[in-house]
Amino acid sequence: MLSKRIIACLDVRDGQVVKGINFEGLRTAGDPAELARRYNAEGVDELVILDITATIERRRALADTIRAVARELFIPLAVGGGIRTEEDAAAAVDAGADKVSLNTAALSNPSLITTLAERYGSQAVLVAIDSKWEGDRAAVYVRSGKTPGDRDAVSWAKEAEDRGAGEILLTSIDRDGTKVGFDCRLTAAVSSAVSIPVIASGGAGTLDHFSEVFTSGRADAALAASIFHYAETSVETLKQHLKQRGIPVRL
Amino acid sequence: MIALIDYRAGNLTSVRKAFAALGADLFTPASPADLGEAAAIVVPGVGHFGATRALGPDWTEAILARVGEGRPLLGICLGMQWLFEGSEEAPELPGLGLLGGQCYKLPSTADIKIPHVGWNALEMQRDASIVDTVTTGSQVYFTHSFVAPVTGDTVAVTTHGEPFAAVVQRGHVTGVQFHPEKSGDVGLQILRNFLSLVG
Repeated sequence: MLSKRIIACLDVRDGQVVKGINFEGLRTAGDPAELARRYNAEGVDELVILDITATIERRRALADTIRAVARELFIPLAVGGGIRTEEDAAAAVDAGADKVSLNTAALSNPSLITTLAERYGSQAVLVAIDSKWEGDRAAVYVRSGKTPGDRDAVSWAKEAEDRGAGEILLTSIDRDGTKVGFDCRLTAAVSSAVSIPVIASGGAGTLDHFSEVFTSGRADAALAASIFHYAETSVETLKQHLKQRGIPVRL
Repeated sequence: MIALIDYRAGNLTSVRKAFAALGADLFTPASPADLGEAAAIVVPGVGHFGATRALGPDWTEAILARVGEGRPLLGICLGMQWLFEGSEEAPELPGLGLLGGQCYKLPSTADIKIPHVGWNALEMQRDASIVDTVTTGSQVYFTHSFVAPVTGDTVAVTTHGEPFAAVVQRGHVTGVQFHPEKSGDVGLQILRNFLSLVG
């Protein structure tokens, strides 16, 4: 049976892992390669490096950071942040990324999804959607959650799939860094609408939050950052917890 | 030296890196003639079966000649599907034909998403050198929609809705549907087993 994936996210700024709350108030959490090593030893299924200020400062994801993390890692590695062109994506892939995550650029230039899917295969193209509830509508935000777009998360996810995206990385801006739980309503809405895997992100605080997002949230994978960075829980503890609840995981 | 065939079907950095971690250097032959020196051949690849069109008659002939001389071959993902007679993904295009059977698309249902992406378990069908020390239940990383049929050449199956061939071996011809270069320690062990075939 296909395992539910646990993905650790390294939000990187200036070569250091940082983490904020609701996309603001960043604090430092350590060296990316060192954290990657720890998570790999604990049995994490995948890693995501997000260069969180890249779009705003128009800076490319740091190839050195990718290389340092990829060097001793034999699990999938996704890289996002500031990937605006085919050349940006190629730089990330050449440095060792298996997947690139598109966010702002996918919305402003959706054909980039198709271009990259044709060049590297759909499995290498992740479309990241940052969403926030506005009444009953899951609005899509861009530019690190600072600017509202005119799309809703469900229709944008479907379009991204049609254009060749291999996975959706869905982040709830409302829940990001709050530790009050994943947005299961948002995740289930998107996951039911597409046939590609949906990675839920934003709000992980307890072990039960993960079992909820894999059941009622219908997530294929769950991503977290702070809960792992500050060693509040280990990936291994989390997976044992999920296994006890009958959720298939890789142990 | 082991030849890594680059036919523009995906990124080879990870495959190269995983073999390097095991102390094996790979070279990328520029033309079929360069395969003469190859101690073994690795055919990687992701994406559409149509991408194997780039492995036209000249490459096919050179690879079959090396395999005929007893040099080990490893197909990874699309590269494994190419070892078979063909795929319904590109029916007009023949595969290498070293293994019998046609590749087909895994059926999707409400609970079974296609593509099959993520970590899934191997279920051993028989002993084979390519899976030496790897046991049933070991998980490996998949990302694909098409699969090869379960035949006598199947060493291990994986189930996603239905069982399909996850590892195949016939003599020194081997293939894996998953990505050993992305499958942690289990994946590295399988690459190590392949290197033992190379000797």
